[in-house]
Amino acid sequence: MKHTRAMVLVSGDPLSLERGAMDVYNRLQDEIKAFGIDQEVNVTLVPELGRHDAAPLVVVYPEAVIYGPVKPENVHYLVEEHLYKGRVAAELQASVKELSGKIAWLTARKGTLPAEQRIVLERAGLIDPTSVEDYIVHDGYQALGKVLAEMKPTDVIDLVSKSGLRGRGGAGFPTGTKWGFVAKAPGSPKYVICNADESEPGTFKDRLLLEGDPHCLVEAMVIAAYAVGASEGYIYVRGEYSLAQERLHLAILQAKEMGFLGKNIFNTDFSFDLHIHSGAGAYICGEETALIESIEGKTGQPRSRPPFPTTHGLWGKPTLVNNVETLANIPAIIRHGAEWYRSFGTPSSPGTKVYTILGNVNMTGLIEVPMGITLREVITIYAKGMKDGKAFKFAQTGGSSGSVIPASLQDTPMDFDSFNKAGVSLGSGALLICNEDNCVVDMAKVLLNFFRKESCGKCNPCRIGCQRSWEILNAISEGRGKMEDLPVLMELSANLANLSNCGLGQTAGTPIHDILTHFRAEVEAHIRLKVCPAGVCRMREKVLR
Amino acid sequence: MTTIKSLEDLKKLREQALEKRKAKSASGSTQVIVAMGTCGIAAGARDTMKAILETIEKEGISDIIVTQTGCIGLCEREPIVQVVVGENPKVTYGKVTPEVARQIMHDHIQNGKIVENHVIPM
Repeated sequence: MKHTRAMVLVSGDPLSLERGAMDVYNRLQDEIKAFGIDQEVNVTLVPELGRHDAAPLVVVYPEAVIYGPVKPENVHYLVEEHLYKGRVAAELQASVKELSGKIAWLTARKGTLPAEQRIVLERAGLIDPTSVEDYIVHDGYQALGKVLAEMKPTDVIDLVSKSGLRGRGGAGFPTGTKWGFVAKAPGSPKYVICNADESEPGTFKDRLLLEGDPHCLVEAMVIAAYAVGASEGYIYVRGEYSLAQERLHLAILQAKEMGFLGKNIFNTDFSFDLHIHSGAGAYICGEETALIESIEGKTGQPRSRPPFPTTHGLWGKPTLVNNVETLANIPAIIRHGAEWYRSFGTPSSPGTKVYTILGNVNMTGLIEVPMGITLREVITIYAKGMKDGKAFKFAQTGGSSGSVIPASLQDTPMDFDSFNKAGVSLGSGALLICNEDNCVVDMAKVLLNFFRKESCGKCNPCRIGCQRSWEILNAISEGRGKMEDLPVLMELSANLANLSNCGLGQTAGTPIHDILTHFRAEVEAHIRLKVCPAGVCRMREKVLR
Repeated sequence: MTTIKSLEDLKKLREQALEKRKAKSASGSTQVIVAMGTCGIAAGARDTMKAILETIEKEGISDIIVTQTGCIGLCEREPIVQVVVGENPKVTYGKVTPEVARQIMHDHIQNGKIVENHVIPM
């Protein structure tokens, strides 16, 4: 994949095709060639872009301008105006009212960096994380002031529900609903916990926020505590994040001094105290009930659910557990309102998502873009294409507990519902992009090795399932596999998903399931032909032919 | 530090801080911001910071503020250093090794010439 300056997507769903998308697509290619910009612009026909009301659609990136319905005779003008002269061909744009949906537009950054929409990371990398004054200058603690002065706890929960914010830890549970559960749960005191035990390999979005904008999290936690009626909170920070812990400590000290934490905040009856709890390096403690056990001083092993932490959490009291990124959205939602927040992303998953990009791409790092952007867009625009022009083979989303997404699914919009429908999960937002030189069996083997070591051993399906799966995958990768192993692997993967006690086991089988669904031929080649098509696995036995 | 009792207090504090900032940039003072997230530090931001501070001391540059910030997401181009001279727009530099930092201090801050080949267009 070569790096291009602009990317043009044409919708190729049945309705668009019926309305002449193919003509538009062919015409676009001709026109782009005629203008001599075919080396700089990439045109792709994609299966689904949404917005059927304005089909056929043409979307131009990096500006994310949506044109529709586009007729073949419009194409010359569109190419001349937008791609050649660089102006938006306003007459052809899909009407604004209908636009609030599929792909939200991005505030373009000047220059060559692709546009991003920053809500969570608005201030990270802009302010001095050790200065509370810098945070206040950038609208800090205004949301808290507004909440305490003008809003009742129920108003706050209503607003968060209306914004449609969903948990960014991976599961996508509606945040407002969760807050409502905790607020209604009987019992006192109540607790608020921020899950900053970001242990998924390849994910570092929370670290960036904790290091770059610690006050944002403190403010969000005070707001959350006010909404659910909690008086004490914990931030459970991964043990390895020493710099993040240092800056959070400082932020809490400063907030206490300024009166944003402690007794009678903003001269109201509301008091809230915040502590930092350092993890000790166990992956399982990212699971919310194991995290609670760990704060209580016990071994980090997940509890059986139900009862859920919303009613029986820390010390058996109602507890709200939210991810760092989820909480970081809160101050912005309060300052700008639910309507504003809903103008980003898709109707079912509003807002933005922070992705960490890594793997065989030209530009690794971290981006914040609206929900509903596709993997293809991330790779071509933000990651600046695959490294060395190699082909994209699969991506792993959300660290080790996420899904394997084959190249054929790279046009699926990345939001919770579209991914559910496609049978994959978004996870925590790490995007490990792999090229053709990577072997799926090798990858699954590495992941299962990770799970087999990180499994806490409390329940059998996970403890034994991970170990057995790893053994079988190991055998396959060494050329010792049998065809009978494949149904066993499938069964192990299903048992892991259905019978495990917590999220670790439930997701441990996903890579196995995914590679057997999408890359079965490659796995079978390891077994039948004793070769690794990607040339990664080293076969033990020489095969005589 | 004063305790904030109400939204008005907060607004007042914000205004004051903004005023202070305006006065500083109007007087033409220089601000150097080094990105010091874990990725920046791993890429050598501490050495870069040291080089900047040493240069300031050695050359006796006055009216300059050196601060730190977190990561801006361009981990690939760390260490990142941003320079604001007076009311000019912010200039962002990528891959700033101690040598480049010294060059920036000399060319950009002392002589007002931007070190073009290390600029990240933002």
